[in-house]
Amino acid sequence: MSMNENNNNLSSNASEYSTTTGQIEVENPKMSMRNVDVSYGDKQAIFNVNLDIAKNEVISMIGPSGCGKSTFLRCLNRMNDTIESCKVSGDLLLEGQDIYDPKLDVVPLRARVGMVFQKPNPFPKSIYDNVAYGPHIHGLANTKFELDEIVEKSLKKAGLWDEVKDRLDQPGTGLSGGQQQRLCIARTIAVSPEVILMDEPCSALDPIATARIEELIDELSANYTIAIVTHSMQQAARVSHRTAYFHLGYLVEIGSTDDIFTNPSHKLTEAYITGRFG
Amino acid sequence: MSTDKSSSHISQRYDDELSGVKSQLFEMGGIVEKQVKDAIKSLLDVDSGIAEHVVKDDTRINDMEVAVDEDCALILARRQPAASDLRLVLTIIKTTTDLERIGDEARKIANQAIMLAEEGPAPSGYVEIRHIGHSVSTMLSQALDSLVRQDVNLALEVAKKDKAVDLEYGTAVREMMTYMMEDPRSISRVMGIMWSLRALERIGDHARNIAEHVIYLVKGDDVRHVGIKQMARAISDDD
Repeated sequence: MSMNENNNNLSSNASEYSTTTGQIEVENPKMSMRNVDVSYGDKQAIFNVNLDIAKNEVISMIGPSGCGKSTFLRCLNRMNDTIESCKVSGDLLLEGQDIYDPKLDVVPLRARVGMVFQKPNPFPKSIYDNVAYGPHIHGLANTKFELDEIVEKSLKKAGLWDEVKDRLDQPGTGLSGGQQQRLCIARTIAVSPEVILMDEPCSALDPIATARIEELIDELSANYTIAIVTHSMQQAARVSHRTAYFHLGYLVEIGSTDDIFTNPSHKLTEAYITGRFG
Repeated sequence: MSTDKSSSHISQRYDDELSGVKSQLFEMGGIVEKQVKDAIKSLLDVDSGIAEHVVKDDTRINDMEVAVDEDCALILARRQPAASDLRLVLTIIKTTTDLERIGDEARKIANQAIMLAEEGPAPSGYVEIRHIGHSVSTMLSQALDSLVRQDVNLALEVAKKDKAVDLEYGTAVREMMTYMMEDPRSISRVMGIMWSLRALERIGDHARNIAEHVIYLVKGDDVRHVGIKQMARAISDDD
């Protein structure tokens, strides 16, 4: 489903944004979502969202608070399962496989679709154990040597190795905020995920730490598919290939980040990214 | 020029900054328009008084260009504008450059007028100056109007006129050459007319550039280096 809509004025009339502007399909999608509705109890938070996420792309989701972007992101590895009142319907496929299949075990799913949160949340354990825990419980390493290798590789990919290699036995919580966030990314990478979801990964970080994470996202996109929710529009513009704009639970527009930030098609997207409401 | 199709920014100061730089640009446009008209008049009337004014006022235009660019740089640094705001700031930066160059061309015409006032009027070429000068002044006014009103159809008209002016310029140059061949003593004065025609033709090109910036501003399509047909298509495309 793709269509162009041209709205002449901003309006709260849902018919003006209930159909997504832009191309939702991609060739060879890593994840494919169709007719996704999400509600918390009686309150519907996501309305009929259709979206493909391509392999090795960085897709950002932007929109004002309460637009449903985080809710949608959390559906992608069933993080919403932990919220009792939350109901998800529609088709959500990871490489063609229904991730909401009742028979599916969510633990391996969350290894395949990893997540990095807004606040760095290292385990109250050593730096080494933080990274080694996942591969250990998923049985990805048979020997201590293999585990060491995974830890080193993950920390290197997360750009943290040089800073922590001499103090792997020290608590992860003793690192700076930016380092902690990179530790969490290393922890996510350690279980060899296919998709990494990031929910405002830089909102608790200073500009230098943010720049390092953004640089990292760029490097990681060579091997992983990344979906990022961000409040910083400049960040979305800098790191992502495609940008999805959410508004009141609807996916209003999806397009190449270059187009969205220079010439968006939908008036609501335009108004949001130019700072006319939010 | 209003890009506020929907509503104003959350930040009132951002609105103020954008409208401030827009009004500076419009003021600059108005001055440049007058400079061009005065330059043509000084040449046609062989009036070195007006011409000297034009030469003197050119520094004012240069100062305005610097001021507008500075304000745009501040907006870029402070606000990181996106979408239509980004296109607006880029359009303003590019348009000031074109306006400043038009100012330079007007000064060149005025310098020729001063020279011709000293050496005596050229034997011919004034009809061409009057004709092309009128076309080019109209183009500039329309380009500036299209900017203020964000009128892409008017911008397209300007681009079309530029083609006609280029043709007229070619014809006029050939005529001037025949005058020079007929009377070699008048070469230096006819050259004065030739340089002025050249300056007018350049003003037409800059007016067309401004019109192209307007289409970019409104439609988001870069229509530089494309033909009129493609430009018309860009305008009629519904996003």
